[in-house]
Amino acid sequence: MVFLFYMLSAIMIISALLIVFNRNPINNVIFLIVCFIAMAGHYILLNAQFLAVVHIIVYTGAIMVLFLFVIMLLNLNKAIIPHKSRATRILAVITGGIFFLVLIAATRQTIEIHPRYPFTSDIGLVKEVGKTLFHEFLLPFEMSSALFISAMVGAIMFGKKDV
Amino acid sequence: MKEVSSAIQLIPLDHYIMLSVALFSIGLMGVLFRRNIIVILMCLELMFNSVNLLITAFSAYHSDPSGQIFVFFIMIVAAAEVAVGLSIVVMMKRNVESVDVNLLNRLRW
Amino acid sequence: MVEQVPYINIAWLVPALPLLGFLITGLVYRRLKHNQAGIIASIMVVLSFLFSAALYFVLQASGKDSATVTLFNWIAIRNMNIPFALLIDHLSLTMMLIITGVGALIHIYSIGYMHGDDRVNSFFAQMNLFTFSMLLLVMGANYLVLFIGWEGVGLCSYLLIGFWFKNPAFNYAARKAFVMNRIGDLGFILGIILLFFTFKSVTFSDVFSQAATLQPGAPVITLITLFLLIGAVGKSAQIPLFTWLPDAMAGPTPVSALIHAATMVTAGIYMIARSSILYNLAPITLNIIIVIGLATALIAAIIGLKQNDIKKVLAYSTVSQLGYMFIALGLGAYSTAVFHVTTHAFFKALLFLGAGSVIHAMGGEQDIRKMGGLRKKMPFTYFTFLAATLAISGIPPFSGFFSKDLILSKAFEQNMIVYVLALGGALITCFYMFRLLYLVFFGEQRLAGAHPHESPRVMTIPLVILSVLSVFGGDSNFTTFLQSAVSSKVGEQISHSTEIGLILISLMFLGLVIWFAYRTFVKKAIIPAGDDQPMSYFGRLIYNKFYIDEIYIALFEKPFGYLSDFFFNKVENTVLDPVVDGVGTATSRLGTLVRRLQPGNMSFYLFAMVAGILLFIVFILII
Repeated sequence: MVFLFYMLSAIMIISALLIVFNRNPINNVIFLIVCFIAMAGHYILLNAQFLAVVHIIVYTGAIMVLFLFVIMLLNLNKAIIPHKSRATRILAVITGGIFFLVLIAATRQTIEIHPRYPFTSDIGLVKEVGKTLFHEFLLPFEMSSALFISAMVGAIMFGKKDV
Repeated sequence: MKEVSSAIQLIPLDHYIMLSVALFSIGLMGVLFRRNIIVILMCLELMFNSVNLLITAFSAYHSDPSGQIFVFFIMIVAAAEVAVGLSIVVMMKRNVESVDVNLLNRLRW
Repeated sequence: MVEQVPYINIAWLVPALPLLGFLITGLVYRRLKHNQAGIIASIMVVLSFLFSAALYFVLQASGKDSATVTLFNWIAIRNMNIPFALLIDHLSLTMMLIITGVGALIHIYSIGYMHGDDRVNSFFAQMNLFTFSMLLLVMGANYLVLFIGWEGVGLCSYLLIGFWFKNPAFNYAARKAFVMNRIGDLGFILGIILLFFTFKSVTFSDVFSQAATLQPGAPVITLITLFLLIGAVGKSAQIPLFTWLPDAMAGPTPVSALIHAATMVTAGIYMIARSSILYNLAPITLNIIIVIGLATALIAAIIGLKQNDIKKVLAYSTVSQLGYMFIALGLGAYSTAVFHVTTHAFFKALLFLGAGSVIHAMGGEQDIRKMGGLRKKMPFTYFTFLAATLAISGIPPFSGFFSKDLILSKAFEQNMIVYVLALGGALITCFYMFRLLYLVFFGEQRLAGAHPHESPRVMTIPLVILSVLSVFGGDSNFTTFLQSAVSSKVGEQISHSTEIGLILISLMFLGLVIWFAYRTFVKKAIIPAGDDQPMSYFGRLIYNKFYIDEIYIALFEKPFGYLSDFFFNKVENTVLDPVVDGVGTATSRLGTLVRRLQPGNMSFYLFAMVAGILLFIVFILII
């Protein structure tokens, strides 16, 4: 179990680094997909079954495909992609590293929170998720449909030639 | 099921926190690092996902279902946001003929 | 004062009416036509005069000697309590009647004299403001209200001397007057401060009652009186602060009459007379006053001998007469000094107004060498001028005789040298006044092409009224009237026969002088030489006013000029300006620097956001 965790984590981190440091956008998309699949593996480890499936369907299935389509449509290749100056890149790496360190340091001062509910591993099951979703979180669930409508309208409007 | 339940408690929460922080900072590096808008959006998705992972881990360890519901909503919003963001990218390509983020520099004094 | 004097509360009207006149003429001066400003101003002063006279009768009827009218509680801080109060007693009544009476006549005269001037409305506004300040000065019940009036008359004197401000020389004269007054004011303020520290109050009644307990000759009293004296020296044009008065003749003639003859210059004498109790305790200061007064009287009289401008002669005679008043003060005869103030107000105002009439008739000419033969052409002016000249020379039974003779006899009581020198000064006075009279009015008319005519009635009627006062205004019982207000030193009285003898001696010398002047200027018709003619060494010295003005310029003005040039060139241009400009430049450079924070490109903004969040987290972690 622990070995599984470490392997999935290694895959995730390596692919994430490759996303950042690779020039070709298509390669970036591929590595992101790998990262997402590893993340789905992590969800399953945590017994969040519903989330794992939704993650694969929504993210890997829909969003990444969207990205690929756009990259294809925009006809990007390596030649016309500009690059930042060396100093900026080094600065970006340093900033990321410092951020990492600061957050890790922050977690050292955390206080242990005792769990509210008795331990069950059932909460990731679809049945439990459904129960909570339609009891406590009904309103946000319904509002999200409005969100989707506005996103769709916005996306279509942006896509038109003359607004 | 019993094995699953005990298995979850094998990996201490700190590991998940560290993993999530690492992913987040890598995504941050990518956002600052790249000049292609599309790649910046992808790194943004990476940051979202790291947060998702963290919340899910907490929810699993404290047996609180609202954490996973929240992750669900985050995914919803991320999807909508990607859709709109990519259409903006298309519009930008139509206007400026490039996807270099440095070319959008009218937001000054 | 346990019970109040009835009707005394109208006292506030006396200064308020000229203030009202100032406000009316000052605020609507563009709309007033023709003579309206002058009529309003004159009516206000006349009403003030009537109220002052009413106050006199009110005080007389109540049988009291003085009354205080508190208008409002002015300064009340812990143990410093200074109310804004007016004191009505015989001394202040005298001064009030002089100011409003002579002032009213001069206002009426000015209606004719300033007619046609394009700023005549502001002229009357300023004259009314002056009257208000002067009344406040003499009616104040404490040193601070007096000082308000003191400053006010200084200001109005500056305004009125520089009335025709288009001429830079007049502006210089006005500035000179104000600055010299200010030097005196510094001494005055120091005196008031010292007074407050010693007596814990500045009200006259408090100070004088406490002063009675002090030893005569105490150093603190001497210091206080010396400081107050400095103030009086500046205001009343004594040596060494007298050079402003002759230059102040740059102003219109009614201004010279009102301010520099009748009222403002007598403020110093009034103040010393009011503080008579303090001065009686400081014999050293009194001696200094005698010396200053004598020196002033003589030097001014000598300079006046050779002046050729009609107003300058009168200016120097004013300075000289003020010297006489100071001699009287120094001798401890305060009421005599105030008596001389009264008679001097009458005949000096008359002299100035008459000179104004002459200048008006001669079309602006002021050089007496070019005048002559005006006796037949301007009879009113001539006779009134003659009356005033006789009064100032001390010929009986004119008013000047009584007051000047009283001063001489008091001098004789105390000190022979003072008497002899004062008598000499009186003779010189008589000589140059008659020289003026003869050169202007007698002989042949020397100015070609001028058609002198008598002045209009609005100018001659005040002349006539003043001449009546000059003739009949001397009453030696006046000093007993003032006895209740000032404490004069009672020396050993000289016997009646000695007094008659002194009068006869002075009359004899005066007669000789008048005859000598007549012989020189009328019989032999000697006219003073022009400016380009060679003069004897001593004559030149006197003619150039002993070069005192030049000495002052070299001693004070030039060094100050260098100092201010130094400060301007060195300090201002090299230190102050760059510092101030530098602040501006630094701000603009800082702005340019900060502007780089918003270049517009997205990646920089993202970077800045991340950096901000980092700092925030670090901050939370540390604190």
